[in-house]
Amino acid sequence: MGLNTIWVYAEAEGDAPSSLTLELLTKARELGEDVAAVVGGDGAAIAGALGAYGASTVYATGDLGDALPGGAAASAVIAMIEGGNTPDAILFGQTYEGRDAAARLSVKLDQPVLTNNTDVSVDGDTLVVQTPAFGGTQTVHTAFRNDGVKLAMFRPKSFEASESGGGAAEVVVVGVPEAGSAGLARVTARHAEVTSGPKLDEAAIVVSGGRGLGSADKYAMVEELAASLGAAPGASRAIVDAGWVPYSYQVGQTGKVVKPSVYIACGISGATQHLVGMKGAKHIIAINKDSEAPIFGIADLGIIGDVHKVMPSLIEALKSR
Amino acid sequence: MLDRHTVCLMKVAVCVKQIPDPALPGELDPSTNTLKRDDKLILDESDSYGVELALQLVEAAGGGSVTLVSMVPRSEVSGLRTALAMGADDAVLVSDDALAGCDALGTAKVLAAALARTEPDLVLAGVESSDGYTGTVPAQIAACMDLPAVTFAKKIEIADGAMQIERQTEDGYDDVTCPLPALVSVTAGVVEPRYPSFKGIMAAKKKPVDEVTCADLGIDPGTVGAAGSRQEIVNVVDAEAREAGEIVEDEGDGFERIVDFLSELKVI
Repeated sequence: MGLNTIWVYAEAEGDAPSSLTLELLTKARELGEDVAAVVGGDGAAIAGALGAYGASTVYATGDLGDALPGGAAASAVIAMIEGGNTPDAILFGQTYEGRDAAARLSVKLDQPVLTNNTDVSVDGDTLVVQTPAFGGTQTVHTAFRNDGVKLAMFRPKSFEASESGGGAAEVVVVGVPEAGSAGLARVTARHAEVTSGPKLDEAAIVVSGGRGLGSADKYAMVEELAASLGAAPGASRAIVDAGWVPYSYQVGQTGKVVKPSVYIACGISGATQHLVGMKGAKHIIAINKDSEAPIFGIADLGIIGDVHKVMPSLIEALKSR
Repeated sequence: MLDRHTVCLMKVAVCVKQIPDPALPGELDPSTNTLKRDDKLILDESDSYGVELALQLVEAAGGGSVTLVSMVPRSEVSGLRTALAMGADDAVLVSDDALAGCDALGTAKVLAAALARTEPDLVLAGVESSDGYTGTVPAQIAACMDLPAVTFAKKIEIADGAMQIERQTEDGYDDVTCPLPALVSVTAGVVEPRYPSFKGIMAAKKKPVDEVTCADLGIDPGTVGAAGSRQEIVNVVDAEAREAGEIVEDEGDGFERIVDFLSELKVI
């Protein structure tokens, strides 16, 4: 028993597939015989890399213009399935577009979608996914019991990406049927928020700040500490909601999931929302004045102290080395 | 006869969820493996942003109404009263024993049916609930209702029947334009939710809550709730816990401990 065909909803970052896409392709090879990628957009540019990580075919919609990609890609997949080309499962990243695509497919195909997963395995002719619950203290195993396509979404860094040794994937251009009312939303401009230093979800060291910093201007300490370590600056949801830093800095359930070698949490209490996004770090350092802060429960080194005293001294010491 | 839009300029429906207090430790019911919901339910904080935004958009439109739409297995209204006290006009509450154990798709089907009864110009929802956090329900509702969906909105303006939205992306945001009617899911922080006033709290007690069942909405109870979920929790295990680390009080040498630690790890 087992599954035959697994599709991965592939997303590009610039002219390369996102690392999450490559992680999903790697896992998909374990689950089924035949792995294909579905791309909302131009697939030709990334077909080489998708093939190298296990996709034999890339179903690409071609340029989507100003359409929202998640919904458009879903329409293309629905058309393929209605035409008789049906996978056993489709894996999505837990991303903005992934959510849109999976949600729309779920309704149009009338199939359940299981979200926030960190692992998956084949059990007979179905899939069992693993989902962290209660701030990651417990893991829930859930089996699909539907007859049709299994739709599953995965958090970033759930799997280690590795190349399959395969060649470039064959690109099949698929049509995007008129999406009706769903297609009425259009993108009129795109804005990239430029951050200093390495990318948050790829950095070896991440320095994050939270409400304990006291005020927006104190976030400069986080940036300075990050710069002195070649680290990426991050943030808790509390200070993103407060408007101190852009959403793209957010580490947590709704923000980025990071797994750096070292994570330094400055003035972050450690709400579940945040811990879910960083507890996979290899080493965790926390500075917080509240000795009861949950962040100390997972820290390898915890300093109970005032970030306004500890951080300037730390920055000074690192600079003088 | 007056046109509906003359009488009621902007009809906004807001999806709200009543959840167990996140400050209390969550627990699974071992017999069903679903989240226990025995305690009093409160308004999910992440939904308060949609309620506030709805109130502001109606005000900006020069009038209209804000209707809450929610579902629970038992007739729980305490969380709804909080949102009514903020200023929402009324609520539709789908309450049915058959809804226990409902998955995201079932939830979307039920809410979509209830929302359709309110004939909204705009449906607002939080991006994800604080307890289930699937993050798919808003887009699923839109697909059920055949509405355009713009998810993860951090700013919305409405002029001449169309919305200008700033939508979160992986590396920044997109400007998106979308006509009404539509569904928009909003991130926390899109607006600052008001606190209910004493007057608002008193007024909320008299505001209408229309309680309906699945049957009232024409939904077969077998297609929603645990019966319709087509997924099964087969196992719940303790996750591997991190080993407790060294926690020290800063005596002025805290930064040195960090330098030593980083240097042991050979990252400096």
